[in-house]
Amino acid sequence: MTTDLINRLGKIVGPRFVSGEAEERYLYSMDPGTMPAAAPDAVVMPANTKEVQQIVALANELNVPIVPMGAGLVLSGLTRALKGGIIIDMKRMNHIIEVNPQSRYAVVEGGTSQGMLKAYLKKHHPQLKHSMPDAPPIATMAGNVCIHGSGHLSVLGGSHSDMLTGMEVVLPSGEIIRTGSCSVSGEWFARSPLPDLSGLFVGWAGTTGIVTKLGIKLFPNYKHNDVLIFVAEDADLMPEIISRLTNTQVAEDMTPWMSPKPAWAKGFLHINIAYGAHTKKELTFKRNLLQASVREYIDQKIAGFLPLPPPQKGRFLEIPSPDLARFADLRKGGGFEYVGAMMAIEHFPEAYRAGLAIAEKFNVSYSLGARIIGAGHCMMFFFAYAFNRADAEDVKRASDALDATNTAALKIGGIPWKAEQPAQKQIIGKMDPGTFSLMNRIRATLDPNGIMNPGNWEI
Amino acid sequence: MEHEEILHRCFRCGYCKLPGNYTDINCPSYLSFRFETYSPGGRMWLLRAWLDKKIPASDRFAEIMFSCATCGNCVEHCAFPEFRDRLLLAFIAGKEAFLDAGQVPGPVRDYLTKIQLHGNPYGKSVKKSAQWLDGLDVAVFFDQEYLFFADDVGTWDPRGQEIARSVVTLLQKAGISFGVITEALNSDGNDVKAIGETPLFEELAEKNIKVLNDKNVKKIITLSPHSFNALKNDYPALGGQYQVFHYTQVLAFAMQGLKFSGKEPEVKIAYHDPCYLGRHNTDYESARMMLRSVPGITLVEMDRNRKNALCCGGGGGNFFTDILSGGDDSSARVRVREAVDAGADILAAACPMCAVMLEDAVKAENLDDIIQVKEVSEIVNQRL
Repeated sequence: MTTDLINRLGKIVGPRFVSGEAEERYLYSMDPGTMPAAAPDAVVMPANTKEVQQIVALANELNVPIVPMGAGLVLSGLTRALKGGIIIDMKRMNHIIEVNPQSRYAVVEGGTSQGMLKAYLKKHHPQLKHSMPDAPPIATMAGNVCIHGSGHLSVLGGSHSDMLTGMEVVLPSGEIIRTGSCSVSGEWFARSPLPDLSGLFVGWAGTTGIVTKLGIKLFPNYKHNDVLIFVAEDADLMPEIISRLTNTQVAEDMTPWMSPKPAWAKGFLHINIAYGAHTKKELTFKRNLLQASVREYIDQKIAGFLPLPPPQKGRFLEIPSPDLARFADLRKGGGFEYVGAMMAIEHFPEAYRAGLAIAEKFNVSYSLGARIIGAGHCMMFFFAYAFNRADAEDVKRASDALDATNTAALKIGGIPWKAEQPAQKQIIGKMDPGTFSLMNRIRATLDPNGIMNPGNWEI
Repeated sequence: MEHEEILHRCFRCGYCKLPGNYTDINCPSYLSFRFETYSPGGRMWLLRAWLDKKIPASDRFAEIMFSCATCGNCVEHCAFPEFRDRLLLAFIAGKEAFLDAGQVPGPVRDYLTKIQLHGNPYGKSVKKSAQWLDGLDVAVFFDQEYLFFADDVGTWDPRGQEIARSVVTLLQKAGISFGVITEALNSDGNDVKAIGETPLFEELAEKNIKVLNDKNVKKIITLSPHSFNALKNDYPALGGQYQVFHYTQVLAFAMQGLKFSGKEPEVKIAYHDPCYLGRHNTDYESARMMLRSVPGITLVEMDRNRKNALCCGGGGGNFFTDILSGGDDSSARVRVREAVDAGADILAAACPMCAVMLEDAVKAENLDDIIQVKEVSEIVNQRL
């Protein structure tokens, strides 16, 4: 069957872009996180929507699972072929189709990298930018939106799925559909006022369709940019501090972080506040607003702004920051994974304490932090653990810590983001039965043969 | 395998696939093949798996290893300080381990065999190694200031010979004192080393060093950035201590002595940074200085330039072995499209391998009417 599968995939995409060889089956069986390997039978790289459609038709005919994959950087193993089949590596579909500077959106193919869009905008539309995640720049646009990613404009614009203006999707049946305004007018300006069908494909871990194109909101690219770092010692103050800072509606991005390294940071709770302006005067005005919002804490001498020399500011303004990837080298072992739990802001102190307790219990190298989503509407609180890939015991320790963290996050009232397969089961266990029943009915309707990334969002 | 202790430390974050400005894929083998396996991170993980006996060596695995063009983009852009300095060393060690295991692609074997038998990858007799000088009045080296080192491509490849002749002609016009040694010199060995055949590299280098030392050579001008890299960085450890210059580095400071006709039309030129002059040896300016000195030339930059430059795909022996092969996304073809996008009339090369690779790419892309590939000294000579 595999030879036939490879040959037939080769007829669709060309033999150069399909493989069932041991090397590809090995490398695509895992991502950089802790989830165990699950090898595909084949890896295929389509160049366009029609080829995706043909691959899906073939998978239906042969009843073979398919797993869409962007850069494979999700860390939680969502692009492993849990039941074998075909991994569709989407990165050849990386064309930037349109930028509408007036209505501030871009239309890109799903495999377009974040970095490529950033570079394109810098060159052709320097007045515009999109919200870059902290993922490495090779991360794809569709992949990040489909996991409800967030990024450097998330205080301003919410999750990256909130910035989505429409999609072209190949359904599990092989049909091509569009969501949002582009389904009616041909322009990709908004998801409203139509029934929001984009929700059928976001957050589903690739179980409902393959996103081949998407529209994404763009934002003004300020000439002047700055970052402030507010520091506190008491975690219980953090929800109110975040509330006051977001109340100014000035920041583009706010990222609390708590880490034992570097040594000067240990024991303190920091909030990076990034903001920008068209003029220096406007920048000063915004800085004053931010500083005034938390003046009370400064006056009480229980918190304050960290003095930042310009070279250090540059590092904090670097987008994306390679520091996140560098965390993987903390144990000289090339590994880290994190639980990023979406939760209400008021749970910050509990999440922080739970993270410290878990790190101590499992003796893992950790970094804790959060990204504020919207004007303080919620946050993605992350518990990151580094591990040494060459040390099985260390990997197990990190894996156990992650498992305990998922449990703790759910107990607090949060929901693990881009959850690993075991965490998905934990979420389902707490989910309203009616919600899960509807999810299953939707999947059964869209994917009657059960070929789309099976093993995810299942009991 | 040497450096095997770092293999597991790669996170596969993918910074190595891109230039620093993220414009597009900048790793030649990943660009061409697109499977994760052909990326630097893929190689790291596959090598680790091979050493752990999780996957066997195979023809495809060998293709993955030997398609690395050693361009250094991964070293330049890897997110991990210090670790990144050993990336290419690990890949070269991996190739060496494959050679030791007998898992060698046919073209690589043929390339190495010819060098072993003849001292050059063309399988030519050294007795004919002065042919590229026919018609030129170039002295044999005796006590001139510099030795001119023409390398394999300059000595044997028809297009490389044209370039070598153009460079020595310009050196003469600029009043540089130099001579040549022909029959006694072998391949510089740079790409042999990049392919992982260290013993053969050392044999070639030691033979060359003996000749150079016997002739009391002190200063060398190389035609190829590959020779420049080997002679400057690798020969000293083997007893070859010379002041080594790429020809653009000598000519950049001799341009004021040249008189230009001023009759040539205005032209836009994009300069292609050769990996072994640029990323490997951080000289991004010499060739640009030369071109800026010429009246009527406007330099335009491609999106990927200097440390972000896209390799032509000819490094790591691929110029001879063609493991990277063609296809729409071969780096040379992508590179000439990029030069056209930059509005260049001429794509300038300072390496004979780059020149040949890019010229072939212009033909494959049917861009002959839009852009020409020229070597830097050819551009200058044409305007004197």
